[in-house]
Amino acid sequence: MTNNIKDSVRAFIVENFLFGDTSFALEGDASLIENDIIDSTGVLELVAFIEEQFGVTMADADIVPANLDSLDRIAAFVSARVGAKASQSA
Amino acid sequence: MCGFGGYFGAGVAPAEAEPLLRRMGSAVAHRGPDESGVAVFADAGLCHTRLSIVGLADGQQPMSSENGRLSIAFNGEIFNYVELREALRARGRVFRTSSDTEVILHLYDEKGPDCLADLNGDFAFAVWDAPRRRMFLARDRMGVRPLFYTTVRDTLFFASEAKALLQVPGVEAEMDPVALDQIFTLWAPIAPRTPFKGIHELEPANMMIVEEGKRTVRPFWSLSFPDLGAPSRHTDENAAAEELHALLSDATRLRMRADVPVGSYLSGGLDSSIISALAAGMTPEVLRTFSVTFDSDEHDESAFQEEMAAALGTMHSTVECRDDDIATVFPEVVRFTERPILRTAPAPLFKLSALVREKGLKVVLTGEGADEVFAGYDLFKEARVRRFCARQPGSRIRPHLFRKLYPYLPGLKQQSAEYLAAFFGAGADSPDDPLFSHNPRFRATGAAKLFFSADLRETLAGYNAAEELAVRLPPEFGRWHPLHQAQYLESRFLLPGYILSSQGDRMAMAHGIEGRFPFLDHRLVEFAATLPPEMKLKRLVEKHILREATKDLLPETILRRTKQPYRAPDSQSFRGVGEKDYVREAMSPEKLAAGGLFNPASVSKLFAKSRQQPLTGFRDNAAFVGILSSQLWLETFTGSRFRASKAA
Repeated sequence: MTNNIKDSVRAFIVENFLFGDTSFALEGDASLIENDIIDSTGVLELVAFIEEQFGVTMADADIVPANLDSLDRIAAFVSARVGAKASQSA
Repeated sequence: MCGFGGYFGAGVAPAEAEPLLRRMGSAVAHRGPDESGVAVFADAGLCHTRLSIVGLADGQQPMSSENGRLSIAFNGEIFNYVELREALRARGRVFRTSSDTEVILHLYDEKGPDCLADLNGDFAFAVWDAPRRRMFLARDRMGVRPLFYTTVRDTLFFASEAKALLQVPGVEAEMDPVALDQIFTLWAPIAPRTPFKGIHELEPANMMIVEEGKRTVRPFWSLSFPDLGAPSRHTDENAAAEELHALLSDATRLRMRADVPVGSYLSGGLDSSIISALAAGMTPEVLRTFSVTFDSDEHDESAFQEEMAAALGTMHSTVECRDDDIATVFPEVVRFTERPILRTAPAPLFKLSALVREKGLKVVLTGEGADEVFAGYDLFKEARVRRFCARQPGSRIRPHLFRKLYPYLPGLKQQSAEYLAAFFGAGADSPDDPLFSHNPRFRATGAAKLFFSADLRETLAGYNAAEELAVRLPPEFGRWHPLHQAQYLESRFLLPGYILSSQGDRMAMAHGIEGRFPFLDHRLVEFAATLPPEMKLKRLVEKHILREATKDLLPETILRRTKQPYRAPDSQSFRGVGEKDYVREAMSPEKLAAGGLFNPASVSKLFAKSRQQPLTGFRDNAAFVGILSSQLWLETFTGSRFRASKAA
């Protein structure tokens, strides 16, 4: 599941923040801020995408670099949330 | 205020000299619509287009000394010319005109290049010294007036604007890729480089002497600050405020000198309000003031403008700037800036100078320069907060201060402390880095280079504009207070490279309007440099000492206003009715591919995104305006030769 999430987020980032430029190898642990991929409004676009794409709700306290500043972190955060949601509804 | 040009060297045949000089003058005729003239010498020539402001009847140029030994073409004003003329007369000099131009001639005759130290003014000029066969060029201290040059067939050609040099056979416009990289990082090229490959700019506060086949360029003044920790002579704030008031009043008084009426821009902010208030108190007539209004609340300051105009009793005129007005004038704006720009902010000023001309004035005072001299920009506060955060990198409290700095940026309001810290690089970069204050701006701007084409990236081969900037810093830079370092970067590079040129001289002179800048009087600049940093930026209150010095001049609402940076709608201007045919054409894959500077596929996605919804991010807006203006630059100046140079 994590890989699917990662691929989906990667596609979103390449399309929306890199405007299709694939010359930058977006490694899983690359910081989106330090590599100038995302800015303050971009974070909010990313949050909207995650909520709509994966059906998770992000509280203000969730919107921190520890959860969102790389593909790996986003994938880990989303899969944990999706997993928690699935176990709640089971 | 005028335009001028000329040459020195054997590369112009005698029969070609006058027609060439006339073509060069015509190319900058907008700078001097009142008169024009040329003067041809042996292997040298001067041309001039005149905006008559001082010595209306007898100030024609090029002007020669009575004995014919010296000739001058001059753009600008020497504000202390009255005092200089009196001193020269006392030394036996005889004047034939009432102009400031003749003062320079006499002073140069007396002192040679050292004459520059005596001049208080905004100037660029060329003196042809026939006996020495020397061409002497000079440009004012802060870079108010422009001066460009190039070399063809071992001959030096110079002019107020690059478009005059493009009249010279053999000079062709070609984009300098390094200059483009510098603009897409620093907002302006690092002088002497310009976007025109092979065309250079004489740096502010520099002179060029050409004689005996040699060319020497050297500074005659430099901006400097005291060493960190050195005792300051300004220990009493009240005394410093009084001194500041006296200097600013005198700087304004000198800049009211003209044989035509002088008006004032009035943005509604602190700086132009101060200048307007001082000017209103010095003129026996009713002061004319001029403002831009916007239809978007985010940018409009008309309530403050009206309040200030009413308080001063000025005759106030406004021009409204709607989003699509910016799109309408933008191609003309780029023709006058002669460089790609990352913001549309010059466009409303283009409209404003047209209004001034329509109302029959030629000269306006502006408040420009106060933010550099007295630490008004948010960037100065931001650097201070970043240092504050760097002292406790894990703090969740300290980064909240960033929100206070940018209340007008909606994207920041909702961010966590962790994100705020990360966006501003707090703790991530070294406070010892000489570019510490500006690194976040350079990085945020540089992100727009994402759209550079593969060819352009290959040509640039990893070039780093910020590194080059760091190399240009003077050796003593490292000994200055961090605020002074930031002020230096702002005053020495962005001020002449963008504020005074793209937003200043070029937009005003497009309509033959002379802007005058009391805050950039060199006496005031030198005085402010010696003030302790806390008198300028007191905690997070900008321009503290300036407020103290002028508190009796302004209504409380203006005096206590937090700075609202001058901004205009950027990519928003080119949406909907603003999406003119030229925008679609310039951003089309075909034109982008032909230009060779940008990646057509990426730009198409950016353009499509901007059509769907207004672009909100800094990078995306800077990229959009930067790409569009670069495409317009290519179209305007290179015509069919629509391709960037490969050789950096």
